Amino acid sequence: MTHLDGNVLAGPLSELGDLDVTTLVGTCSGCHDASVMAAAMVYPDAPGLVVRCHVCGDVLLVIVQSTAGTEIFVRGVTGLPLFA
Amino acid sequence: MGIISRGFSGRGRAVNEDLPPGQFLTEDFPVLSAGPTPDIDTAEWSFSIRTEFGTDHTWDWDALQSLPTEDVTTDIHCVTRWSKLGTTWRGVSLDTFFENVETSREFTMAHSYGGYTTNIPLEDLLDGKAWIVHTFDGEPLDPEHGGPARLLVPHLYFWKSAKWVRGVTMHDSDDPGFWEQNGYHLYGDPWREQRYW
Amino acid sequence: MSGWKVGTVTTTSTQTASARAISLEVPGWPGNLAGQHVDVRLTAPDGYTAVRSYSIASAGPGETVELAVDRLPDGEVSPYLVDDLQDGDQVELRGPLGGWFVWRPEQAEHVQLIGGGSGIVPLMAMMRSHAASGSTAPFRLLYSVRTPDDVIYRDEIAALDDSSLDTMLVYTRMAPVGWPVPPGRLSKAILAESVFPASEAPLIFVCGPTGFVEAVATWLVELGHEPSRIKTERFGGK
Repeated sequence: MTHLDGNVLAGPLSELGDLDVTTLVGTCSGCHDASVMAAAMVYPDAPGLVVRCHVCGDVLLVIVQSTAGTEIFVRGVTGLPLFA
Repeated sequence: MGIISRGFSGRGRAVNEDLPPGQFLTEDFPVLSAGPTPDIDTAEWSFSIRTEFGTDHTWDWDALQSLPTEDVTTDIHCVTRWSKLGTTWRGVSLDTFFENVETSREFTMAHSYGGYTTNIPLEDLLDGKAWIVHTFDGEPLDPEHGGPARLLVPHLYFWKSAKWVRGVTMHDSDDPGFWEQNGYHLYGDPWREQRYW
Repeated sequence: MSGWKVGTVTTTSTQTASARAISLEVPGWPGNLAGQHVDVRLTAPDGYTAVRSYSIASAGPGETVELAVDRLPDGEVSPYLVDDLQDGDQVELRGPLGGWFVWRPEQAEHVQLIGGGSGIVPLMAMMRSHAASGSTAPFRLLYSVRTPDDVIYRDEIAALDDSSLDTMLVYTRMAPVGWPVPPGRLSKAILAESVFPASEAPLIFVCGPTGFVEAVATWLVELGHEPSRIKTERFGGK
């Protein structure tokens, strides 16, 4: 499969609570593009969800389902109010 | 456990006594990737080993083809739980590449076109345990499976078999690569089920 | 695990040779906005699970959720949902999900819907919501399919076509007998002729396979539409 977009993050990130991360605006640390997370490129066929900037391709987030539960690695995005 | 859906069994798979713990057997060859498939022309391709002295040992595609080549038949195990038995590859052993490499470092980082990285102890690349492969199942390796050439390290989880490999750098500590920074085990032995941190 | 609700299949309806609409009763379902999706989880007897996202074809309050699933040739979940699932069977659902690719009846602006193949599903929810709310917001649908046999919700789309909804089908491989246009891929030229012009500043929803969505979105920007007015939902595949 090719990539999807950030709309698919709503389910996995629903475990964070009622916050809908897909409507939040994040700023790419690489190219500084500021877009809603729904517009990010998502590579879902991997040992985790790899969320990339739709402009420059840098990795914004990696979401992994491990035996510890859902883990979110914030790698290259800023400004997301993930924890209200 | 969730409610059982009547009649659902998922992709054809079986639990097999000979598999590492937690794995299912598959006849498919799933394509997993952390990003877009790089487009690599073999005329531009190269593989390098860079040592701590700044020395680069480099091979281009023609050089790769002229090195001693082996047929490898092996089982592969993905951390996403599928295993594929008896896969056949053709390529060059890392022992051949490291023959004239002088290094005192014990760890390596594999780098790929497209930016992927994964860390592997040097001893896990040597003594017949790893290859740079360019042929799968008798055909040139498909780009979505890592072609034109990928690393093959089948005794570890398959995320260590870096697709689109372009080089190996020597490290003096076991620095984490892409998945190892994102929750996955530094070593990744399927037989000890070393999936996560 | 919290967040998963059990849905029981009440009815199914074959839409095309590869697609089926499925209605489920989901106790505790809070209703959903048009355009939202749901994660469906299936568990096999040995504990193996598979989770896939599907857009919801229905919208509004109530505990009924309608999905329309297209069978992928090498799919793991879609063949089960399209071919095996029966009335009375149960699956688990997580949702409703997604607050970005949605249309709310309070929105009065022009809306352009562009769907490819099974990308019609969330757009169907928007058209249903538009009709049910009595909204007079001008709506247009451009729906690209391979052949006349691939039109999901064909009769309902035709029935919804009225003073505030204009629908247009584009056939890419084979057109109906007597169709005024020969079959052919959707192009920037067809878009230019069919969609609301950029001067109307429509809100645009594009949904379907990744390649389709990205080609259409690029053309729309080239035709003068603001990127911020274009919302996309990719279904993967080519």
